[in-house]
Amino acid sequence: MDVGQMRRQWVEYTKSLFMEGFLDSQFEQLQQLQDESNPDFVVEVVSLFFEDSERLLNDLTRALDQPSVDFKLVDSYVHQLKGSSSSIGASRVKNACIAFRNFCEEQNVEGCRRCLQQVKQENLLVKNKLETLFRMEQQIVAAGGSIPNMEQIGF
Amino acid sequence: MNLSNGKAATMSTASSSATWKAGDVVSDQFPVGLRVLVVDDDLTCLVILEKMLRRCRYEVTKCNRAEIALSMLREKKNGYDIVISDVHMPDMDGFKLLEHIGLEMDLPVIMMSADDGQNVVMKGVTHGACDYLIKPVRIEALKNIWQHVVRKKKNEWKDLEQSGSVEEGDRQPKASEDADYSSSANEGNWKGSKKRKDEEEETDERDDSSTLKKPRVVWSVELHQQFVAAVNQLGIDKAVPKKILELMNVPGLTRENVASHLQKYRLYLRRLSGVSQHQSSLNNSFISSPEANFGPMASLNGLDLQTLAVAGQLPAQSLATLQAAGLGRSPAKSGLPLPLVDQRNLFSFDGPKMRFGEGQQQHVNSSKPMNLLHGIPTTVEPKQLANLHQSAQSLGGVNLQFSAHGAQNNPLLMQMAQPQSRGHILNETTGGHVPRLPSSMGQPIVSNGIASGVLGRNGIADSGRGAGYNPVLQNSSLLNFPLNHTSELPGNSFSIGSTSGLSSLSSKAGFLEEVNSEIKGSAGFVPSYDIFNDLNQHKSNEWDIQNVGMTFDASQHSNSLQGGLDISSSVLVHQGFSSSQRNLQNRNQSQVSKAMFSVGDNTDHGNGQNINEHLNTLLGDNSIRVKTERIPDAGPQTDFFHEQFGQEDLMSALLKQQEDIAAPEDIAAAPSENDFGFDGYSMDNIPV
Repeated sequence: MDVGQMRRQWVEYTKSLFMEGFLDSQFEQLQQLQDESNPDFVVEVVSLFFEDSERLLNDLTRALDQPSVDFKLVDSYVHQLKGSSSSIGASRVKNACIAFRNFCEEQNVEGCRRCLQQVKQENLLVKNKLETLFRMEQQIVAAGGSIPNMEQIGF
Repeated sequence: MNLSNGKAATMSTASSSATWKAGDVVSDQFPVGLRVLVVDDDLTCLVILEKMLRRCRYEVTKCNRAEIALSMLREKKNGYDIVISDVHMPDMDGFKLLEHIGLEMDLPVIMMSADDGQNVVMKGVTHGACDYLIKPVRIEALKNIWQHVVRKKKNEWKDLEQSGSVEEGDRQPKASEDADYSSSANEGNWKGSKKRKDEEEETDERDDSSTLKKPRVVWSVELHQQFVAAVNQLGIDKAVPKKILELMNVPGLTRENVASHLQKYRLYLRRLSGVSQHQSSLNNSFISSPEANFGPMASLNGLDLQTLAVAGQLPAQSLATLQAAGLGRSPAKSGLPLPLVDQRNLFSFDGPKMRFGEGQQQHVNSSKPMNLLHGIPTTVEPKQLANLHQSAQSLGGVNLQFSAHGAQNNPLLMQMAQPQSRGHILNETTGGHVPRLPSSMGQPIVSNGIASGVLGRNGIADSGRGAGYNPVLQNSSLLNFPLNHTSELPGNSFSIGSTSGLSSLSSKAGFLEEVNSEIKGSAGFVPSYDIFNDLNQHKSNEWDIQNVGMTFDASQHSNSLQGGLDISSSVLVHQGFSSSQRNLQNRNQSQVSKAMFSVGDNTDHGNGQNINEHLNTLLGDNSIRVKTERIPDAGPQTDFFHEQFGQEDLMSALLKQQEDIAAPEDIAAAPSENDFGFDGYSMDNIPV
């Protein structure tokens, strides 16, 4: 595959991620922030997010496993996850968090556990998608090309 | 200032070299180099924000813990221009941080959160945030944050001009001499951090003199204390820059530096006492003579409070002393060593201590503590006062003075009494500002409810509790409002009102102490504070209360809180009381507070505790109500209070030449900027 093709593929893949709601405009903001002075910015930030999210998901699992669930605590974790996922544009994760918070308010343990599963799943999905995207980027760069600028493309 | 310095070249080295002097907005490179401190426990967000801000060409410092951020801010007093903070943080509530910053550094603070609920946003408003961003934050939103810095500075200037009444002469020349001033100021910059910058700034400033640009002298705690001591020594009436300068005898400090600082200080005091001219009468009694020494009590109180607030140190003792003084009691307590001690904090205050202290002071004055509170059982007051004093550092001194003479006295008293507590408070600052609050608690109450705020503050300070903090504050502010209005209070006239002003001061924690001391020193001090008198202290109080309220942590630090609470209640009560309907709430509070009010008389604040709790509840209610009520009332009184928005006000006035209430004002849309009336302020439903 030549660089041109790789780039086109990357563009298509990126568009699909947006279309399917995995990513939103906030992700674009991150992409815009990346520049020569910081060529791996997006990868770094996304990695930070996944470290955070794994930790939070573990905390949530533990909190919901307690005999007596502390909903305030659970809610605060979910709030954090909501904040960070929205910062990187992982909108499906964010939406799952919003639903999760509703159950917290209702103090519905079962509802919360279901939401936790949902959040975990979304988190994993977007993680895989982004890993794929980053791999593509690596290949493009390795082949001497540059990652397309979504803004320029008019996306 | 030298925004131009900020330019890459001059900016000196990254970080904070702060070549960009906030004071100067007029630089062609502005806002490049704006020094931003961003605080968020979420690392992902933090990194993204940092990158975005850098993209805006700002100088960014990131921090993921509020405590660390606070210490960074304290370490480098003039090192940052604006702070962006998350609301939900594990180690400290964002609103609490906001209050601290407002009190101590008076920087514009932007809150942000993924939470966009109306009540949370409102909390931001009431706590004095100058903006509230919803996450995820987009770079576009960050591009314009510089406006908050400019606005603040502008308002600062405005305040200075407005309050310049006392020193018009100084003011004007000052403006024109900014260039000189800045140069000297820069040189005399104790912080001394930016010599190079200073020079550059000087140049810039010369060019821009008499514009927004003001040379920025760093008024360190020590310096401020010296200043306050000098002012106290001279007496507020006679405190003219020239003499102050001579007394201070600080090399490199120019008359202009002193003049502008004095203006701010006056504003601050004014705000504290804000409430009323009526109160001035009350104030008079404040310091030890029942008569109107304080004519401008408000001012006096304001000063005290401010000082205290600034100093952040308003130790309970100081307050107590002040109160005692105010009440005409023997200044047994007034040993006040305060003056200097806390003054330092004036501008740097560590914590909201001051606020409370101030409130207390006010109380102290009146010999008849509770005149203001009609019908409010005042029996408790004396005790409360006492409590206040005692309360840890708190306001013990709660200047219940309020009652008789209008709170104004109290603040002063408070300061005086502070010395001891101050130390205490200071120490605690780091811990959580606990100490400070207590002092302030005592005082604030006087001012219209500021006290309440103050109390809250103490509470907060002490415990460092973020949570409790906010609510309390709110109450206080609310309390103030109505209080102001009631100038009718018999005899007491609005001591409360004034007190409010004071309270605000108290918030400044450290300041109170200083204020107190000052007050003592200058009996005449109060009277000269005409500004206060005219202003609708009422308004200011109200605002102050807000600030105060914030700090007023229900949690209580036992004594301090109690005192504070009581005070606040009383404050509220007083203020709104007499004629207004506010009584309802006030009533409840008043009772509680009354006890507080009498603080002036009694120093034992045993009751404090009970009252506190009680107050808390009351305050809560009142505050909200007060606010509502206040607004209408505010109208007439107007004039002074425009600056009292949020705790930042106090500090801003004094500390930097920043617009004092820029943020809060904007937020609150309080109309009275210049007329000091809260006319437009529709705080009706400020959810706490």
